[in-house]
Amino acid sequence: MLEIGDLNAWYGESHVLHGAAFRVNEGEVVTLLGRNGAGKTTTMKSIMGLVPRREGTIRFNGRELIGLSSEAIARNGIAFCPEERGIFGSLSVTENLLLPPVVAPGGLDIDTIYALFPNLKERARTAQGTKLSGGEQQMLAIARILRTGAKMLLLDEPTEGLAPVIVQQIGRTIREIKARGFTVLLVEQNFRFAATVADRHYVMEHGRVIDMIPNHLLEASMDKLHEYLGV
Amino acid sequence: MMMIFGVPAPLLFGQLMLGLINGAFYAMLSLGLAIIFGMLNIINFAHGALFMMGAFAAWMLLNYAGIGYFPALILSPILIGIFGIVLERVMISRLYKLDHLYGLLLTFGLALVIEGLFRNYYGSSGMPYEIPHVLQGATNLGFMFLPIYRAWVVVAALVVCIATWAVIEKTFLGARLRAATENAPLVRAFGVNVPRMITLTYGAGVGLAAFAGVLAAPIYSVNPNMGDNFINTVFAVVVIGGMGSIMGSIITGFGLGVIEGLTKVFYPQASATVVFLVMVIVLLFLPRGLFGKTA
Repeated sequence: MLEIGDLNAWYGESHVLHGAAFRVNEGEVVTLLGRNGAGKTTTMKSIMGLVPRREGTIRFNGRELIGLSSEAIARNGIAFCPEERGIFGSLSVTENLLLPPVVAPGGLDIDTIYALFPNLKERARTAQGTKLSGGEQQMLAIARILRTGAKMLLLDEPTEGLAPVIVQQIGRTIREIKARGFTVLLVEQNFRFAATVADRHYVMEHGRVIDMIPNHLLEASMDKLHEYLGV
Repeated sequence: MMMIFGVPAPLLFGQLMLGLINGAFYAMLSLGLAIIFGMLNIINFAHGALFMMGAFAAWMLLNYAGIGYFPALILSPILIGIFGIVLERVMISRLYKLDHLYGLLLTFGLALVIEGLFRNYYGSSGMPYEIPHVLQGATNLGFMFLPIYRAWVVVAALVVCIATWAVIEKTFLGARLRAATENAPLVRAFGVNVPRMITLTYGAGVGLAAFAGVLAAPIYSVNPNMGDNFINTVFAVVVIGGMGSIMGSIITGFGLGVIEGLTKVFYPQASATVVFLVMVIVLLFLPRGLFGKTA
């Protein structure tokens, strides 16, 4: 579904990605693991066309995305949930939820979304999206991209800084959306969380993908993983 | 004769009315500037010239095509708005990646060129534009004579300002606009064509200036410098209200018009400077302006 080859990306003079390559198959949940600064977030931003300069190939359903604008990439059916969540303070909760335009048929309707995220329904009338708690903002950031009909979701560290009970809820949500046929690329620092949701894990270092570990081999690869992640 | 604070009532109310009229123009112009600043992050120095073009468009429609005031009130903002869209596409959009100063320089230069061209062809003495028949005359309110056209200007300005505010704050389209003002790259990554939104926003802001220009045509003579008289004060209004604040522009615009009017009654010497005095005081205590966001 998503195939990335020899991906290079730059922020000004700084060369961040050095030929990253990996693939995500339809219906999979795949994580990018790696230390801070390994290039995980930059990889996501490169897919979305949010870096100033990128080269290589990003093929999505056979179509090349390098060279397309951000909005054209989104319209191809990829939705992005950024690390900083990107909830808008000048928009109400409902406006935040309805903001991303529908790009394809088959997105979840509002009732289904409220069933998945009951908290959001209670807070729907909140006048400022940023008045929500961190966990609620994360839920909102995920919920709003489920509406759009995009089948490929990029989630950048959805568990960062959240309480364990919220992290579990996000884990349930990811398994639920996988069951509904979504494909997920997940950036994570926390591989214990990643192990509860993902099919495969790619390990990134210095702007490259250096290893791929299927989830069932994760336990057996602990030594290797500790070395990669420095934990 | 009735006196209020030692001032004859008709004089006081007359000046209040003039203040409201000026305030109506301040509000419409600073509203357009605020919208443009929010989306494009440039201070549109060409705003006064575009306001003048709005008035000229009405005058040309009447004198060259026989199209009257009320159609011009719709047509002129559309024509000048399209002109603004072309300006944005051809010139202003090339500057978004540069420092804001370049946008300011470009629009300032555009204002000089536009005003110069009009001065060349139409001179600077000004052309009359007659008040439409239905809005001529005055009505006696008991305490003052109210010219109907002036009342119409205040009402029309209020309606347009509040409608603009409602579109931005209460509609779905407005929500997209607010979101793009806050974080344009993310809104693009959701699949929204933000560059097109920016272009249309500039067109709408310019259209608002042109609408104000048509309203102004019968009050002030239609001349190439008519924007200059307003624009300095309008920039002060924008600063006082808080850069980019929609409601702030409207309230500050009308409020400062009234303050100016009252100053003319009680201390005429200060009437030209009172707005800037207010600006200094506001900036000393609230650097973000009265309605500016703190974040």
